[in-house]
Parts: sequence; C-alpha cells; structure tokens
Amino acid sequence: MSKQKSITGGLFIGATAFSAFLIIAVIIILLVVIINGGKGTFSWEFLTAFPEDGMMKGGIFPAIYGTVLLVLIMSVAAVPFGTITAIYLTEYAHEKSIMAQTIRFAVRTLATVPSIIFGLFGLGFFIKFVGTGMDDVFLGGQLKWGQPNILWASLTMALLTLPVVIVSVEEAIRTVPREMREASLALGATKWETIKRIVLPGSRSGIMTGTILAVSRGAGEVAPILFTGAAYYLATLPTSLSDQFMNLGYHIYIMATQSANVDQTLPIQFATTMVLLMLTFLLNLTAVIIRSRLRRKAK
Amino acid sequence: MKNSTDHKGFVFTKESLKKKFRWSEFLSEKIITGVGFLSITIIVLIFFFVFKESIPIFYTQKKVVAKVETFQKQEQYGGESDTVQTNSSGQEQYGETTADTMMIENQTRVDDTIVHGSDKATAKSLLGTQWLPVSDNPRYGLIPLFVGTLKITLIAILFAAPIAILAALFSASFAPYWLRELIKPAIELLAGFPSVVIGFFALMVMASFFQNIFGYDGRLNAFVGGVAMALAAIPIIFTITEDALTAVPRTYTEASLALGATRWQTALFVTLPAATPGIFAAILLGIGRVFGETMIALMATGNAAMIGINPFESVRTLAATIGAEMAEVVFGDTHYNVLFLIGSLLFIFTFSLNALAEFYVKGKLVKRFQGKQS
Repeated sequence: MSKQKSITGGLFIGATAFSAFLIIAVIIILLVVIINGGKGTFSWEFLTAFPEDGMMKGGIFPAIYGTVLLVLIMSVAAVPFGTITAIYLTEYAHEKSIMAQTIRFAVRTLATVPSIIFGLFGLGFFIKFVGTGMDDVFLGGQLKWGQPNILWASLTMALLTLPVVIVSVEEAIRTVPREMREASLALGATKWETIKRIVLPGSRSGIMTGTILAVSRGAGEVAPILFTGAAYYLATLPTSLSDQFMNLGYHIYIMATQSANVDQTLPIQFATTMVLLMLTFLLNLTAVIIRSRLRRKAK
Repeated sequence: MKNSTDHKGFVFTKESLKKKFRWSEFLSEKIITGVGFLSITIIVLIFFFVFKESIPIFYTQKKVVAKVETFQKQEQYGGESDTVQTNSSGQEQYGETTADTMMIENQTRVDDTIVHGSDKATAKSLLGTQWLPVSDNPRYGLIPLFVGTLKITLIAILFAAPIAILAALFSASFAPYWLRELIKPAIELLAGFPSVVIGFFALMVMASFFQNIFGYDGRLNAFVGGVAMALAAIPIIFTITEDALTAVPRTYTEASLALGATRWQTALFVTLPAATPGIFAAILLGIGRVFGETMIALMATGNAAMIGINPFESVRTLAATIGAEMAEVVFGDTHYNVLFLIGSLLFIFTFSLNALAEFYVKGKLVKRFQGKQS
C-alpha cells in the first residue's frame, strides 16, 4: 500500500472520529453551561416556592406541579393504548398483512409529525370539537370544556407520545421466547391467558422503558401545549381537569422571550432550564440503562 | 377417526375437540384489534381536523368572488343596452360608453375593496411576499415563511448530515466495542434533550458566541437557528444511518477485506455505498424534523419574515409562525384559518417525506441485499 493512501485513510478515520467526539463535546458543553448558569439559584426553596414579584423572584413549584400532573394524565392515556397496540402488532396481526403494515406506517408517521401539528389538532379536535360539543350537550352552552385546560393538553401530549410507548413495548414483547408461549398454549391456556400470564409479565421492563421515555418526552415538549392549556402565570395550582396549568418548558420559553426584563431573570431561567434538563436527562438515562440490559438479555 | 377413550373414561368426539367459544377470548381479541387501529384513526383525524379549520379561506372566498363576477356581468349588460340606446346620436356614444366602462371599473374596484376588507386571504395574497397578519390591511403572503423555513432547513442539514453520517461511520466501522457502547447512548441522550432547552441554549449562549466570531448585527438569525436545529437533527440522522450501516451484510465487508482492501477503504467504498438508501432516509427524516421544529425556531431565529439569501439575516419559519400567533388570534378569523392552512401544509409535507423515506428506501434496501445475495 502506498504511503499516500495510508495518509488519506488516516485523515478519513480522523474525520469520522472527530465528528463523533464533536457531538459528545457539544452535549457536554451544553450540560456544563446550563448547570453552571443554574446552580447558583437552584435550591430546595426554588423547587418548592411560588413565583414572586411578577416572576422576578421566587421558585417554580407551580410549573413543576403542572408538568408532573400533565405527564401523569398523559401516561394514563398513552401507556394502556400503546401497550395494547403493541400486543396487537406482535400477537394478533400477521407480520406481512396489509393491516399490520398500515398500522406500522401510521405509528411511524405519528412519530414524525411535527409537534406543533399536535397542538393544532388539540385545538381543532379536543377543544373546539369535543370540548365545545360537551358544553353544548351537558352544560347547555356554558363555557367550561371548550377552552384550553390540562385535560386537553394531556390528551394532546398522549397522542404525541403514543408511538414512543408502542415501539418500546413491541421491542420488549419480541424478547419473550417463542417456547414460553408455545408451552403455555400446549398446557391448555388460551391465547388471551397466554398474553396475560406469559407475554405481559415478560415484557414488564419494556413497558417501563416506554413509559419513562414517554414521560421524558412529554415533560420536555412545549409546542403541543402552547395553545391547549399552558398558562404563563397562575396564582393557584390546578385543582380540576378543566383548569389551566403552568409548565416548566413553557415557563422557560415565556421567561426567555416575552418577559419584561429578560436579563434580570436570567438566573431563574437558567435554573429552570437546569431543572427541566436534569429531569429529562435522568429519565432518559434510566430508560437507556434498562433498555441496554434488555437488549443484552435478548442476545 | 374413531372415537378414542382416555383412561378416565372421557370420550373425545368431534364436538368436544372443536375450539370452544369463549367470551373472554372473543372480547379481548376484538378490543385489542380495535385499539390497534387507533393510530390509523388518529392520523386520519389529524389530517381531517387540521385541514377542516383551514377550509373557510377557500370556501368563503369563492362565494365572494362569484358574487363580484355576477355583479360585473349585470353592469356590463346594462352598459351595452345604454350604448344601443345612444347609438342614434353618434357623437354622444363615445362619451357615454367611457363613462359606463368607468362606472363598471369603479364598481368592481369598490367590490374588490369590500372583498379585501371582509376576507383578505385571497389565493393571490397567499402567494404574496409580505406576511403582515396584524395590520389595517392584513396580508398573508406565505412566500417569506417558506423561504425562511427552507433556509433554516438547508443550514441545519448542511451541518447535521456530514457530522452525523461521519460519526455513524466511526461508530459502526472503526470504534472499538466499548467506545461504541458509550457514543450510542450519549447520542440517544441528546435526542432526549427537550427542544426548548436547545432553543434556550441557542438564544442565551450560542447567539452571543457566534456574534463574537462573525461580528454581524442581529444576534438572532437563520444561522444560529440552523446550527441549533442541527443539534436536534443529528440524533435522528445518526441513529438511522448507524442502523443502515450495521445492516450491511457481513459478507460484503469480509469479501472486501479478503481482497486486500484496508478497513477505511472497505468502510468508504463498500459499507457506505451499500447503505446509501438508509442514509438517504435518515437525511429525509432529519429534514422533516427541522422543517416542523417550533420551539428552537421561535427562540433562536429572530422571527422577522424576510426574504433573502443572507444566512445572517433573521427569518420566520412556518412552524414558528403558528406557535407565535395562534395564541393571540380570534377563533374563526381569517388569520386563524390561514394558520391552520400552514399547519396542513406542514403536515402534508412531513407525511410525504416520511412516506418517501419508508417506501422508496425499504424497497431499494430489500432489493439490494436480497437480490444480490440469492
């Protein structure tokens, strides 16, 4: 081999390695900068106090509370439906059937639809169609459900995170060995009994991963809730499903772009961003660890 | 087959061997199948409801335009009869008709302004070059928004694609096992960063950093937004490219190495070309991600609807326009409908990209690997 070629090769391998490390470096820089900017303001009190002085001081408790409530309602909606869809795809549908392929295509499309479109859909469908319809039928036109609230925001978010759950659970169900299913069926269990007693317990970790990833995604997305229920500032915590709520991501967005004095609240913004970043980061890290264990088991 | 008897004296008949009908089985299967269709239903509903809210633009418009046309015709008809009447006195004819045509022109002009006053979003103004939705004479030209979105997408992909593809090649072909097990989860974690966090980072840190380097005037511009969006697109392109590269059959690389090629030659001239359809899909999905990204665009691009090729100019993207204006708009207003129209366009675009990536690439990959192997 000529020397020139080995130099080209070295350069080429160097370029690929550089790209990989560049990405890692950016991740580390982002983490360090955000944590550095936020750690001064971050404290237990910051997490548990209400905002004060027109958001100039104080904590972010309502935003955390709202975000937690949002992902809870979202999970209640998304996880069961996602799991059942995954069961249908793996246990009932034939792999090559048009039905299964169409559903798979729909799931992948759902995963690539821009999140702002979900926001529009939430507004057009949940608020204006379902909500206004409910008001007309049950409350005689009195405005209660036909406006942005935490229920519609959570359901909108559930649609967005549905594919995340489906993909994770499906992957986990596939790791349940075929022999276990066959043994169960041979012992006289029906198909549903086999799914209930063998397949679902065997894919528990996959359902966990799916839920964690969905929660992390739901906690961080802002675009779908911009006009389906998030509020800039509320003096009280949401107590019913028809209340609006505060949200960490929305709080960051508003504080950084539309508040009166951006510079003065900069430490609060960094600290809020740090809280959100840490939250999603830890959730994702947990999911990655569970998943890599699962994959090793599958091998 | 004759009936057989087991040792407890149970008789197997044709009847007893038949599958028993069980309600639990029946119901569970039906329910699970029903839920399975949910994803398809959601896609259809999204398309229907987003598009539904944008229909009034076209619908009311046609009505108004039609009215104007009939009005015009009547006027012309009247004008003609006038000229017939004045035909007898030759000299007056000229003046009469010009007065008449002027009247017709006036009439239509008045009607036009009425059209513009009540329902401004004509098809013409949608293709205009000005986006001024909140003014006395609102204009809904989508061209600057399209230009802005395309500009940002181009910048983001120019950064994201080479870096992500090279990094994927490193991870798939050169990196030792332990390093690969470190790079892949790290990039998965980057995929989990909320876009509002990336937007905040771009707004507060990257914008000043790039301003110091390049020394331009506006802190927020297409370049900052594009680079920030590259961060969102890199994980997608990396993951799909990596999958495509590792899916290349081992026999390919082994054959290449056996023929005396080095590892980098094999990676560059055998593995990479074999995975091109997958890489193409990765880039398409990356484009889809950037095209519809809202929060980063809202926070880091400056949001001024300008047309120009300068990358250091502020831009406004389609998605950011929806995000910024939907909250302040009156329900059922033309502005509201136009924003939903933008949403429909975004949806159709990303849907087509995804469909293209899915069908074209799958067909090609399967043909390539299976067709050649057999």
